[in-house]
Amino acid sequence: MGLAYYPGCTLKTRARNLEGPAVASMEALGFELDEVPRWNCCGAVYSLAEDDLIHQVAPVRNLIRVKKQGKTELVTLCAFCLNTLKRANLLMKEDPAKRNTLNDFIDEGIDYGGEVKVVHLLEVLRDEIGWEVLAQKVKLPLTGLKAAPYYGCTLLRPRDVAIDDVENPTIVGDFLRALGASPVDFPETTTCCGSYQVVSAPGDIPEYARPILSSALRHGAEALVLTCPLCDYNLGRAQKELARRQSGFKEVPLLYFTQLLALALGLGPQVCHFELNHGHPESLLEEKGLLSRVESVQPIGGKQ
Amino acid sequence: MTNRVPVTVSSRKSRREFTKKVDELIGQNLESCYQCGLCTGVCPAAAYMDISPRRVIELARLGLEEEIAGSRTVWTCASCLACTVNCPRGFDLSKVMEAIRLLTLRENIDRVRPEDIPPEERWDLPQIAMVSGLRKLTG
Repeated sequence: MGLAYYPGCTLKTRARNLEGPAVASMEALGFELDEVPRWNCCGAVYSLAEDDLIHQVAPVRNLIRVKKQGKTELVTLCAFCLNTLKRANLLMKEDPAKRNTLNDFIDEGIDYGGEVKVVHLLEVLRDEIGWEVLAQKVKLPLTGLKAAPYYGCTLLRPRDVAIDDVENPTIVGDFLRALGASPVDFPETTTCCGSYQVVSAPGDIPEYARPILSSALRHGAEALVLTCPLCDYNLGRAQKELARRQSGFKEVPLLYFTQLLALALGLGPQVCHFELNHGHPESLLEEKGLLSRVESVQPIGGKQ
Repeated sequence: MTNRVPVTVSSRKSRREFTKKVDELIGQNLESCYQCGLCTGVCPAAAYMDISPRRVIELARLGLEEEIAGSRTVWTCASCLACTVNCPRGFDLSKVMEAIRLLTLRENIDRVRPEDIPPEERWDLPQIAMVSGLRKLTG
């Protein structure tokens, strides 16, 4: 089954380790991620000012291209892209005056009214495949891996685009449990990593990261599981700096959820691009015996 | 964290205009905040701000533009929306932060100049950081 898929800019460069294992895993499960033709950058952040419609053009143009493909659902992987596209979609659905202005301005031949449903891949796994079915597809259970879900901001805030409960999200923990891992809860799971402040105040980022990383370690995590390339960059960069400054500070392996999915499905490290990861996760995964490639997964029946 | 802020005397008319401009940009009424301070309590960046998030709303509704625009608070906000989802009044403070940033940026005063970012940083920062940072911090 083909799913309309929006990768976003960073997944083609620094976050190939988020995209590569997702594409391979979904293919193994019988779903093809079809890139939206001629997709453009979504703008990364949603414009919060009432009069700032020009910055809605980029995300809305992508949504129009999905509609033109004849698809009703758009799958995203990057947490920032999900947030920006889903909020722009909501604007087109709920604000007739702005919808008319944007439709008049965007010259794509058709009008758009928020018809496409924007979802994250985790929602596809939870709502369309289901944790039980996913668990049955696991060839190499991640037994003994204590991994802490780190949600960050944009999967859960604001409330009207959240993919799970804003205060007590369980989607990544449930996903890890389906793969056989042991999720580790910690209070800072939704605390901001500093986000785009890394551009103007890079020196502050370690101070955002310190409580997140130390709390995850204190709660027994061996690795952090991420969905956002900016969280990955900030935490990865910050923990190098913290280790340099503070003797005894331990770097935590940072992993994308899609890498763990690919490993659990038996696709092996070849599709995971671990060379792009922070915190050297390969030694931890090797130690747990999770880097082998096993027999291929049977695609999900009736979904092809 | 919250230092005393010197107050600039400005005309009542210009203060009213500033409050009106902010109200228009945020699409909400600043008066709906009842100053409980939960926004400050949940803000992960409050420790790095000179005016607390709660106080930004109070100064905005008093029309004290210079006091807010001159502070580093709105530039420290990372739009993480912790305040937004926790506000008991349903008030979206992240929009006030954005409105005040925009009032400066629209005067062609950028907070970050791409040419000032050291070349090794520019090379290292992923697109998601550059695009979001330059979207929020430049006009």
